[in-house]
Amino acid sequence: MREIILVKYGELALKGLNRNTFEDVLLRNIRRRLKYVGNFSYSKAQSTIHITPEAETDAECAELLDNAMPRLKKIFGIAAMSRALACEKDFADIAERAIPHLQDVLSNAKTFKVEAKRADKAFPMKSPQICAELGGVLLSRFHHLKVNVTEPEVTVTVEIRDTNAYIHAAKERGAGGLPVGTGGNAMLLLSGGIDSPVAGWMMAKRGLRISAVHFAAPPYTSERARLKVESLCEKLTPWCGSMAFYCVPFTEIQEVLRRECPEEYFTILMRRLMMEIAQRIAEMDDCGALITGESLGQVASQTLQAIACTDAAAKIPVLRPLIGMDKTEIMDISRRIDTYETSILPYEDCCTVFTPRHPKLRPKLEEIEEVQASVSWEDMIAQAVAGTTKKVFALHVAENNGVL
Amino acid sequence: MSAYLDNAATTKPSAECVKAMCHALTEHYGNPSSLHSMGLQAQLDVDAARAQIAAALGVETDSILFTSGATESNNMAVLGTAARYGKRARRVVTTTVEHASVRAAFDTLEAQGFEVIRVAPCESMDEFAEKFAAAVDENTCLASMMLVNNETGHILPVKAAFTAAKKKNPKLITHCDAVQGFMKVPFRAADLQADLITVSGHKVHAAKGVGALWHKKGVKLGALLHGGEQEGGIRPGTESVPLIVGFGAAVKKMRETLDDRRTYCSALRNTCIEKLSAIDGIRIQSPANGSPFILSFSAKGLRSETLLHFLAERDVFVSSGSACSKGKQSGVLQQFGIPDNLADSTIRVSFCAENTAEDIDTLVSLVTLAQQTLIHKR
Repeated sequence: MREIILVKYGELALKGLNRNTFEDVLLRNIRRRLKYVGNFSYSKAQSTIHITPEAETDAECAELLDNAMPRLKKIFGIAAMSRALACEKDFADIAERAIPHLQDVLSNAKTFKVEAKRADKAFPMKSPQICAELGGVLLSRFHHLKVNVTEPEVTVTVEIRDTNAYIHAAKERGAGGLPVGTGGNAMLLLSGGIDSPVAGWMMAKRGLRISAVHFAAPPYTSERARLKVESLCEKLTPWCGSMAFYCVPFTEIQEVLRRECPEEYFTILMRRLMMEIAQRIAEMDDCGALITGESLGQVASQTLQAIACTDAAAKIPVLRPLIGMDKTEIMDISRRIDTYETSILPYEDCCTVFTPRHPKLRPKLEEIEEVQASVSWEDMIAQAVAGTTKKVFALHVAENNGVL
Repeated sequence: MSAYLDNAATTKPSAECVKAMCHALTEHYGNPSSLHSMGLQAQLDVDAARAQIAAALGVETDSILFTSGATESNNMAVLGTAARYGKRARRVVTTTVEHASVRAAFDTLEAQGFEVIRVAPCESMDEFAEKFAAAVDENTCLASMMLVNNETGHILPVKAAFTAAKKKNPKLITHCDAVQGFMKVPFRAADLQADLITVSGHKVHAAKGVGALWHKKGVKLGALLHGGEQEGGIRPGTESVPLIVGFGAAVKKMRETLDDRRTYCSALRNTCIEKLSAIDGIRIQSPANGSPFILSFSAKGLRSETLLHFLAERDVFVSSGSACSKGKQSGVLQQFGIPDNLADSTIRVSFCAENTAEDIDTLVSLVTLAQQTLIHKR
């Protein structure tokens, strides 16, 4: 028998009656992701998904697993995973095959312990006995090893399950969170900066399927700026799955704002109009919430009062997962999910030509609403929504482009 | 109507270049190192191209090295010379307005422990040359100054600076990045008092990916790459025959037309200066006596990127600052005395003989339109 991957889910196991639905979505997401790697068969038992490679030779199977592991690490809902060796439920077979399977990891370790999980109570040996005997076998083969039950470098786990026994030593952390698609749909306002992709990633982690909306204002913003945002979408697909991207023509609204409204209110009014448009697109895309990358106090438009004014423009919930985070914390995540280098490309997103010199830090909603009401926006908003283009970033295209 | 006014970024390969390249790709495709007749033919083609470049610079043929472009030539000149001549003489001198490929090479030397003196330009070029030469002492191994600034078209006082510097230190090696001057501003290597000269193919209607470095007889270069015996072992690797013969063919054609092109582009530029100056808020930044091929101007209150995209949407192609930096500011404009707020609003147009008076009219009318319709900074 060969190696397989055991996938453990985290919070999912805590769900009550919904659990089956959550499991099914996770399994569907895994299948979708690994479809481009090769053939696998899937089964689930006892809060674990078993992924078995389907190939002729051991080498081919090993290659399938090598390719599957990094992809699985980007699937939300997985708490941990390990490559396990499937054995007969027979101690002699376990002991014999454990040695070559663990050769690499134990040769490089100084201390270890053996853990046994006997789910199949019909197995003749009890857990402590399995641990002691297998420990003995490994010590006799790897002379340099010492047992340390409190802080071992390597924990060798033997699981006796219904159909097989499994041995594994190197458990790798998964992405955590909940499977994408279990929490509904939301529309991410994606500017091209560092924060918004991180915000989208964090909400996908909580099970939301994400679409993105971007506001383009040519010639104040460039074609390259739009391509940069598209490339951020592509970088998010391994985590979020295939993603719809909406690009809104925003030049006219910005020009009118700049001409007709007091300078100090420019950014807040702009954000309110963005919310209004994003909301309409969200409705068309069946999204129940908006997501922004706002972080309290980061810039003038992100003071509590400014956020209150922006928020009032939205009728659906606005999720702000970065609200309490520092810039450095956001940057750390951005590096981890590989969006940082793209985000810092120097193309303008929201044209600095429009940025007010002295923005209002503590705007009052009534004032803002009054100023906004002085211009009739409806036609311009409708036109912007009508002129919005949609592009879908599919997972398989990202795979072809080498985005893992 | 489309107008390509970004010839300092790159030029359209000439018909002669394309023809020579096609021939090298389809007929004479041998490896110049091969001992058979196909190899010999390719070697002869490369030699003929080398002779063209040498003739254009007024130098001997065997002192031209082909490289992958000006960036490599500049790196080889600066790093190679310092490695060879800088064991004891640990000081090097350059200017604050060089192209990034020279600037970064000097930054590397600084990190290696060299004392790097970067001389800023002065109002008067004579004064600039004096200041540059004054920075050279007997402990200086290398001095480098570009011939024509790529962002503004300023012609730098290379000859005066190098002559004075060499008087102070006869052992000094001098390097000139002549990329924006080659085939545009008449010069011969000997006139410049340079020991090393960088030129590039794609700025003179050849293809991208080829350049050359001329070195004076007796000046020894350190190799950046190691391998075979090509290019005297200093620049090993199979010669890119198609690019090189294309370069040769392009330069041959350019040599025939140098004076005519200068006169023609000077007139275009003057018209452009006259018409742009008449537009409200436009300020010409290039000096009147600068290169006839480069014109830099600022549009007060408009970000250069905005104006650039506005023009590009209407098929007029220009640069903001230097095209190599894709939106990043190099700081060179400020060195020439252009204040920050205007540097951010500066556009570079650059000409070639294929540009027409209509191109200029199109540009001028669009800049006028942009000034009237686009939103300006407060």
